[in-house]
Amino acid sequence: MSAPATPANSWTIAAARDALRKGEISAVDLTMSCLTAIDAADGLNAFVHKTPEIALEQARAADARLAAGDAPSMCGIPLGIKDLFCTKGVPSQAASNILKGFRPEYESTVTTKLFGDGAVMLGKLNMDEFAMGSSNETSCYGDVVNPWRRGNDDTALTPGGSSGGSAAAVAADLCLAATGTDTGGSIRQPAAFTGITGIKPTYGRVSRWGIVAFASSLDQAGPMTKSVRDAAIFLQSMSGHDPKDSTSADLPVPDFEAALTGDIRGKKIGIPREYRMDGMPAEIEALWQQGIAMIKDAGAEIADISLPHTKYALPAYYVIAPAEASSNLARYDGVRYGHRATLAAGEGIVDMYEKTRAEGFGPEVQRRVMVGTYVLSAGFYDAYYNRARKVRALIKRDFELAFAAGIDAILTPATPSSAFGLGEMASADPVQMYLNDVFTVTVNLAGLPGVAVPVGLDRQGLPLGLQLIGRPWEEGALLNHAYVLERAAGFVSKPAKWW
Amino acid sequence: MSIDIDTARKVAHLARIRVEDARLPDLARELSGILGFMEQLNEVNVDGIEPMVSVTPMRLKRRADEVTDGNMQEAILKNAPDAREGFFAVPKVVE
Repeated sequence: MSAPATPANSWTIAAARDALRKGEISAVDLTMSCLTAIDAADGLNAFVHKTPEIALEQARAADARLAAGDAPSMCGIPLGIKDLFCTKGVPSQAASNILKGFRPEYESTVTTKLFGDGAVMLGKLNMDEFAMGSSNETSCYGDVVNPWRRGNDDTALTPGGSSGGSAAAVAADLCLAATGTDTGGSIRQPAAFTGITGIKPTYGRVSRWGIVAFASSLDQAGPMTKSVRDAAIFLQSMSGHDPKDSTSADLPVPDFEAALTGDIRGKKIGIPREYRMDGMPAEIEALWQQGIAMIKDAGAEIADISLPHTKYALPAYYVIAPAEASSNLARYDGVRYGHRATLAAGEGIVDMYEKTRAEGFGPEVQRRVMVGTYVLSAGFYDAYYNRARKVRALIKRDFELAFAAGIDAILTPATPSSAFGLGEMASADPVQMYLNDVFTVTVNLAGLPGVAVPVGLDRQGLPLGLQLIGRPWEEGALLNHAYVLERAAGFVSKPAKWW
Repeated sequence: MSIDIDTARKVAHLARIRVEDARLPDLARELSGILGFMEQLNEVNVDGIEPMVSVTPMRLKRRADEVTDGNMQEAILKNAPDAREGFFAVPKVVE
């Protein structure tokens, strides 16, 4: 196979890897192609800290490795890095004003691994502040604009969140792929809103060290890519045990790409009846039925299953995640890094904490920290936090029972709608925004791997995705199911360039 | 469970976030809405269920209790808003 005729920035990782190894393009030229695309795309507001010098230096080093024949799959591949990852000497502020000016003195394990494999960092990507949001509207850098539009209507749409910059950058071909993180759906929902692939691995597959913490028992990093094969290649490079994260699993990382056989004959795919929500748009239901038909055509068996506690996943999540966030975000006190408020004469250290945090945290982060503080406070801990953790155990058990009954993977919609307009939810109740996570949040609560795959377009011409949920530690098998769905759906649409 | 203005003030203080008095009624209303949403959890029968402590059934790894790094004073203080003489500086705490 020779290099695709399209501009290099639009290539998949797999195509670029092959072209780089054959010497059909240099890593420097591939990187330049992305840097040019990035500079022409400021209207999307996806890249918020550009690092062209680092990118070109890494690309030159990658070319040397390629020439020496020592090139792992990710060698020379230009990536965008979500602002949640600490990158040494490069602003890493979780899209928050409270970390303004913060330049870490260390490198996250994920980026260390990627760079160790020769990957190239193009810059840092916009996101919701501290990954708290579903529309990328809580960022201190301003909204990210989805490259997709509703036909000829120029209404600016959300790319989803919290990994909205990552999703927009990949969909608009500003990079070959990007890192994301997912606490309640923050990889899968934006992937679905922008017509790309995103996988949240099993909790513990990828080290969390050096990733700004939101809710530590739910957070996982994962790749956001243009294809399922790319997700397999990228995830391989990110994964593995890290002594610096005691929750990272000391398990071998299988060859995920080798798992993509395209053969799922005889596999049993569960369709959970509780995911058929009241008021779900007919188009989402139709898409789901199409996905079921594709899986069936591929020779898998379809089984109706029940996950009875699904309904309680969102309220449990919105107790547990803010509780953990209120603890994790206690470190932002204006003492060790980031913003510190200016004090008036006579003001003391408590004034400093309170003013610093009021100035530095945006409204959604403040709200979640306060909700977390409340549910953990004396007298309410049992009623809210402990009850939510019990419900979480039941949600996990629902999945365990399904898998024990022979289910190999579960197919669901990824989101309850296609991308909505920026500002459309501004006056809505915060809970309305939380409903975006309704199909994805169960997976985080149960620690399972979940992948969103683009399957079709809605009537307005916007991408829609389906989600596959796998058994713990079986990302390879999960990606193989996703690969079958991807091939059957044949989703090749790209947003028309307007930016 | 409805949050009144006094409770909202108390929660804001516990969270060390300054909220102006004029904002408290809105905050109380927002928090009440979110907590109202959580009330659904009361429908679930959780008798005999242990609260989840770890999502994967694994024991946290242990390591030898020994110093693995150090001597990084400069790196640690590098991002401090106010560092003096090798320390983080804060407003006077003890009179």
